[in-house]
Formats: sequence, C-alpha cells, structure tokens
Amino acid sequence: MKRISGFRRSGLSENFSFYVLLSPFLALFFLFTVLPVLVSAGLSFFSYDMIKTPSFAGFDNFLRLFAGDEVFPKAVVNTLKFAVVTGPVSFLLAFLLAWFINEFNPAVRSVLAFLFYAPALSGSAFFIWQTAFSGDSYGYVNSFMISMGLSTDPVNWFRNVQYNMAILMVVQLWISMGISFLANIAGMQNVNPELYEAGALDGIRTRWHELWYITLPSMKSILLFGAVMQIQATFSVGAVVTQLAGYPSVNNSVDTIVSHLSDVGTVRYEMGYAAAISVFLFAMMAITRVLVSKILDYLGK
Amino acid sequence: MPKRQEYKRYTRSRAGNVLYFAFLFLAGAFSVLPMIYCVCTAFKPLDELLVFPPRFFVRRPTFENFLSLPSLLEALRVPVSRYLFNSVFTSVVSTVLHIFAASAAAFAFSKSKIKGRTVLFLIVQFSLLYNAYTLAVPQYLIFSNLHMIDTFWIYILPAIPSSMGAFLMKQYMDISVPDALLEAARIDGAGVFRMYARIVLPITKPAWMTLFLFSFRDMWSIIPGGTVFSEELKTLPYVMSSITAGGTARAGSAMAAAVILMIPPIIVYFISQSNVMETMSTAGIK
Repeated sequence: MKRISGFRRSGLSENFSFYVLLSPFLALFFLFTVLPVLVSAGLSFFSYDMIKTPSFAGFDNFLRLFAGDEVFPKAVVNTLKFAVVTGPVSFLLAFLLAWFINEFNPAVRSVLAFLFYAPALSGSAFFIWQTAFSGDSYGYVNSFMISMGLSTDPVNWFRNVQYNMAILMVVQLWISMGISFLANIAGMQNVNPELYEAGALDGIRTRWHELWYITLPSMKSILLFGAVMQIQATFSVGAVVTQLAGYPSVNNSVDTIVSHLSDVGTVRYEMGYAAAISVFLFAMMAITRVLVSKILDYLGK
Repeated sequence: MPKRQEYKRYTRSRAGNVLYFAFLFLAGAFSVLPMIYCVCTAFKPLDELLVFPPRFFVRRPTFENFLSLPSLLEALRVPVSRYLFNSVFTSVVSTVLHIFAASAAAFAFSKSKIKGRTVLFLIVQFSLLYNAYTLAVPQYLIFSNLHMIDTFWIYILPAIPSSMGAFLMKQYMDISVPDALLEAARIDGAGVFRMYARIVLPITKPAWMTLFLFSFRDMWSIIPGGTVFSEELKTLPYVMSSITAGGTARAGSAMAAAVILMIPPIIVYFISQSNVMETMSTAGIK
C-alpha cells in the first residue's frame, strides 16, 4: 500500500503538481489571448473610432453586417468558397503526402518532406506568384502563353474575375499545407507497429484497409489538429488576397471577410464594427470545427 | 520486436506505381519551384533580371547581389550583427520557453484529473479561431500597461502561450503516452514532475521537435510593427525588408536578402526533422 501512494512522497498532491505545470502557460494565455478576445468581443457592441470614447451601440454592428454593408455578404461567400475548396484539398493533401512518403527510408523521406515543406520555409515568398502571374507580358505565365502562341495579349490574371479566384486558391493551397503535413509526419511515427502486425493476422490484406482500420484511427487526434489549423487558415485568408489582387478587388470578386475586416479596421478605424466582423467569423469557424470533429468520428468505422 | 518493414509489405499494381510517383513528382515540383526561383534570381546579374522574355533559371550566376548587401546595409546606425543577434536570441529563447510551457500544460490537459481541464482546453483550442488582427488593439493596450513596449519582452512573453503549440502537444500525448506507463511510474514513486521530464518529454520528442520548427520559423520572420522603436532592438527581417522597399533596381539584392533569411529556418528544419525521423527507427522499443 505504501508504494502505491508513493507519488505523495514529495509532499505535494498530484493535482497540485499538475496545476503548477499548467500555471505558467495558463497565466500568460489569459493575459495575452483571453483578455484581448473578451475586450474585442465586448467592443462589438460599441461604436469606437479609436479617438472618442466608445459609445454603446447594442446590436447595431451586427445588424449592419447584412443590412448596411454591400461588401460583407460577398466577402462571406468568397470566404466560404476558399474554405470549401482549399480547406479539404489542403487537409487531404497534407495527409496523403505524409502517408506516401512514410514508407521511404529516413534519408529519402527527409528530402521529400523538405520539398513539400519548402513553401513554409521560403518566408513570405508568395510574392513569387505576383511575378509568375504578373499582368504584363513580363509575367512568366503570360510570356509563356505568348511565346507558345496560346494567346496574343497578356492576361491581367488577378484583375480577371474568371481566373483570379482559382489562382488565389492555388496560392493559398501552396501556403497552407505545411503545418498539418509535418504534424501528420510526427503523428505517423507514433502508430504502434504491433497494430500493423495484429492487423495482418486479422486478415488485413490491402494498404487501403490498413490505412482505414489502423493508421487513420490511430492518428485521429493529430488529424483533428490538422483540421483545426486548416479551418483557421482558410477562413482567415486575407493578407494574400490583398497583396496579390488588391483591396477592393475587381467587383469584390475575391474580397474575403478578413481582407474586408482589415480595411474596416486599418483604413476606416471602425473598431467596433471590425470586432463584430471578428465575432461573426469566429462563429462560422466554431460551427465548422464542431462539424469537422463529427466527421472525423466516422474514421475507421 | 520485429521491424515494421517485415510485415508491412503490400504490392502495388504497376499503374498504381506510375500514379504514385507522378503524384509525388508533381506535388513536389509545385511546392519547391518558387524556392528555386528565389535562389536563381538571387544569383542573376542585372541584365538577366530585366531580360525579355523573362527566364526562370539563371544562365551566368554571379555573387553581385550578395556582395552589394554590405554597402546597402552600411548606412545603418546599428551594425547588422546586432539585428542578427536580436533575431537569433529572441527566436531561440521564445521557442524554448514556449515548448516547455506548452508541453507542461498539454501534459496536464491530457493526463491529469484536475477540475476544469476539459473546459480550459476547449478555450485554448477555440481561441485559435479568433481573428488575430482584431486582437492587436487590446493586446497593444496590455503591452503598454505592462511597460513591455520597446523592450525584448514584447517578442518573448506573448509567444510563450501560443495555443497552437499546447493543442499540438496535447493531441500528440493523447495517442502517444500510454496511461499504463504513467501508472507504472507512479507505483515506482515518481511524481508528476519526474513523469514529465523522464517519460512525457522523451516520448513526445517528434511532436516538440516539430513544434520547435513551427515556432522558430514564426519567430524568425517577425518584423516589429508599432511595438518596438529602438533601432538596436529590431530584427534582421526588418532590415532586410528595407532593401526590398528599394524597388526593381534592387530586385536582385532583395532576393539575395530573402535567400539569406531562409537559411536559419532551413537549418532548424533539418535538425528538427532528422530527430523526428530518428524516433521512427526506435518506435516500438518504448
């Protein structure tokens, strides 16, 4: 009996020690994240221009989202397009690539992983896409198409409503894969080899079965991590769009919630309204997050 | 215990093999081409930068762009080495502190029975979904009340409680640290701190090595906005961005600067991932 209660020897209860481990993170987290979130969410009920004292505005800011702002509904639609297309594609790609390269030996694997993680390592290198899709004939794509005789005039890619959304989706895909890709690789190091062995004995014969019944269920919590990071990344697409297509974009064709949000905040100093947009965006992401974890529950069933 | 390869061997059809490599090749090229472009451009002489039609690869590589950097930077009031030190120091210190804080918190979230841990963890997780941009103003007010403006603390303290790290570590611990192992340690008289140091940290090495890379990469690219004014506290990316502002004539130098800035994250990448891959070969001996 005495040995079982051995962890009390230090004089601290186990729960107390856990609180000690938790406290540095939690204290700073409340100070630098929770407090600002609460202030910002509270501000959504106020009218505030950063100069005058905030004045209470009730639900005005929220009503304005759909009844007093021409751009916002369009921005919601564009954001959903990004979320529906690049989110799942990027998530699946991050998993498939990690799974594919997992069977190579470590040296080959780290080189391949490097290729796929390169976008994240090249800093804010998305300006490269600016050069590639530049609207004049110096742009790589235009000069290639002209020299191949595919077109005679340069296409102004980011100003062309036919193409700009698709191009920006590709750029976003290129940027967003890194984190969940490497998290998946770390997660795969962890699938217990005994499970594969047991699976083989239980009659698993194809790699697809193995993937579905062993690898995916063993990695469920890492997959949830990847999914949440994708939700965060795709619903927050903004800076890239503004940098490449400008704000406002032609006919608001690619303006997103976040590019609109930074215009409202940085250019027009309507901090109360900006906060309302944030709260709305948060609600969209939170709902998606709940749906996604319901879907992930089906894995391996 | 048998090595994994001994029983994990399924054959793919020939078409499957072709598809497999075609897919890897295309995805790899798609990812890495822009980085190659950066490197090529950094080595292009002026006439190749302006040539029409534009060329992707460099024909006559030159170090001109790199050699022009010192003269572009010598007008600075503070030597470049100071910016370099600031970047390395703040990135490393905040990353290391973040890993300890996040993994300790994740251990409590994942394995303790303390009250409120589920709710607290949900708050951590959902806080990731709140737009960072709108937090800037309230955060600025907090920084200024704590007198952190224009000090090194502004880089380090806010980076320690990043929710993403705690989330990643917790998810990883859920699948990788067996409760039975902790129970056995308890019976041997180990306390929570010893379990953390001797069991949790070693087992979760792939996760925190990965987190080291994520965190270092983010910290390394920080360009202080309205929170740091003293020149001697600014970072290397800040100085390099002043070169980029020089327009087309400095396109080559700007790219050379960008390539230099890429080097430390790449080094950290290889340190991190060689450690992640290494644990693979010992998996199962736990």
